[in-house]
Amino acid sequence: MTQPISPSSSRRNHRAAIVAQAPDAALRQAWATYPDDPAFTYVRRPETGLVCVRGRIGGGGASFPFGDATATRTTVRLENGAIGHAMVLGRNAERATIAAVIDALACDPTAATGIDKHIIEPLAQALAARDAKRARQTAATKVDFFTLVRGED
Amino acid sequence: MYVAVKGGEQAIENAHRLLADRRRGDRTVPDISLDQISGQLALAVDRVMSEGSLYDRELAALAIKQARGDLIEAIFLVRAYRTTLPRFGASEPIDTGDMKIERRISATYKDLPGGQMLGPTFDYTHRLLDPSLAADSDPASAAERDADRGPAMRVSDILGQENLVEEDGAASSDDPPDITRSPVEFPLERETRLQALSRGDEGFLLALGYSTQRGYARNHPFVGEIRIGEVALEMDLPEKGGTTVIGRLLVTECQMVNQFKGSAKAPPQFTRGYGLVFGQSERKAMSMALCDRALRAGELGEDRTAPAQDEEFVISHCDNVQATGFVEHLKLPHYVDFQAELELVRGMRAAFKETRETVDDNPQPEAAE
Repeated sequence: MTQPISPSSSRRNHRAAIVAQAPDAALRQAWATYPDDPAFTYVRRPETGLVCVRGRIGGGGASFPFGDATATRTTVRLENGAIGHAMVLGRNAERATIAAVIDALACDPTAATGIDKHIIEPLAQALAARDAKRARQTAATKVDFFTLVRGED
Repeated sequence: MYVAVKGGEQAIENAHRLLADRRRGDRTVPDISLDQISGQLALAVDRVMSEGSLYDRELAALAIKQARGDLIEAIFLVRAYRTTLPRFGASEPIDTGDMKIERRISATYKDLPGGQMLGPTFDYTHRLLDPSLAADSDPASAAERDADRGPAMRVSDILGQENLVEEDGAASSDDPPDITRSPVEFPLERETRLQALSRGDEGFLLALGYSTQRGYARNHPFVGEIRIGEVALEMDLPEKGGTTVIGRLLVTECQMVNQFKGSAKAPPQFTRGYGLVFGQSERKAMSMALCDRALRAGELGEDRTAPAQDEEFVISHCDNVQATGFVEHLKLPHYVDFQAELELVRGMRAAFKETRETVDDNPQPEAAE
């Protein structure tokens, strides 16, 4: 329950998942601690649109759309030619841009190690800590049933 | 004769200025911030997201502020905004089994795996007004206790182990129909009904759900489970090489368990109704599940006798933006229509009078009645 949600074992998708789930302020702060501030150009400028959100009948049956969510996507190119893509929920272009630059930087294995160390791991830990705290708060509202024993002694 | 006129521009402009002034209210009172609305009127925001059919807390908070707290007006604003955005695609279906549980209860099993977790609920409060909230409040921080690890089992899966309850049905991989993209044509698939119900008006669905409990399409509901919490939203992004998490959503899910007698072919088995909505909104999720079950009357071979079982009636009237648009348009100028009706009534009265005078001039016994 306390692990951040990550459906894929691939490092790239893990990074994207952590960045996408991190609160705005935490992401901006983590990005600010990264030693490099690489120059980039937009291949596709940040664009806000809708993602149709689907559920399943009964939780596991046929899928059905039950609403949309705002999302912002962008694609960037670094000076070394590396391309990064991002799509994150919400309308925050800065957030999508940081996510795309992180994606591009991590194309380089050396830089990827630094990204993981300075950004992904701290964000993952913060997220896990937040989830764990909320899980503990919910656990405190768990009902402990007990039976009233009727008897002489 | 009616002559078309123009006018009202200045009146409209000034009315909107007055609206802005009244919306702001007393200038000595601080302006309300979107963070305050989002954080402290969170359930109003959830309702606007759910019925506005757009998950975006900040926009919903803005809509509530702009609408002066009129939630149907706010829902209208959000619906209008969402039509201006392109759609990037559809998410993978969310997995409510892998939810970060905030609240999870069952009215059917006391000792279900994972336990009954009340979460931040109004249940068991005494519904007495709390004067201490009238001033700035700083409540004690929430209690904490070690949490179980691992996902909480769905109640429907527990019943499913004995085949006592119907299954979810096939997990089709086809693109489901979408009422925001193509017109509604009756009869509907259950998927389409669920989409319409999820964005439907809470009050309307609540009343219909209530009607089923009172005997209009009685189907003996139990809350199998309600769960509220965050789920990951995943999307297939080819440029990322596969399915990627793009964020989290807070949702409420209700699994209603209902009785069913069985038939010559099928042994008796519980049936189910399903509710799924954005945000924390269990009244809405429960109402949706009751209506979903009632609307399955045809599929389950039940007589359609009650309003809640009438698909065309329920689905055509559950959308509060459509409903308010048609009701509220009545207050817009209908001068020409009414002038026409007035002329018609005057003509009919003149004809009536003429007939009466003719009758009076030539009295006939049978006309006296």
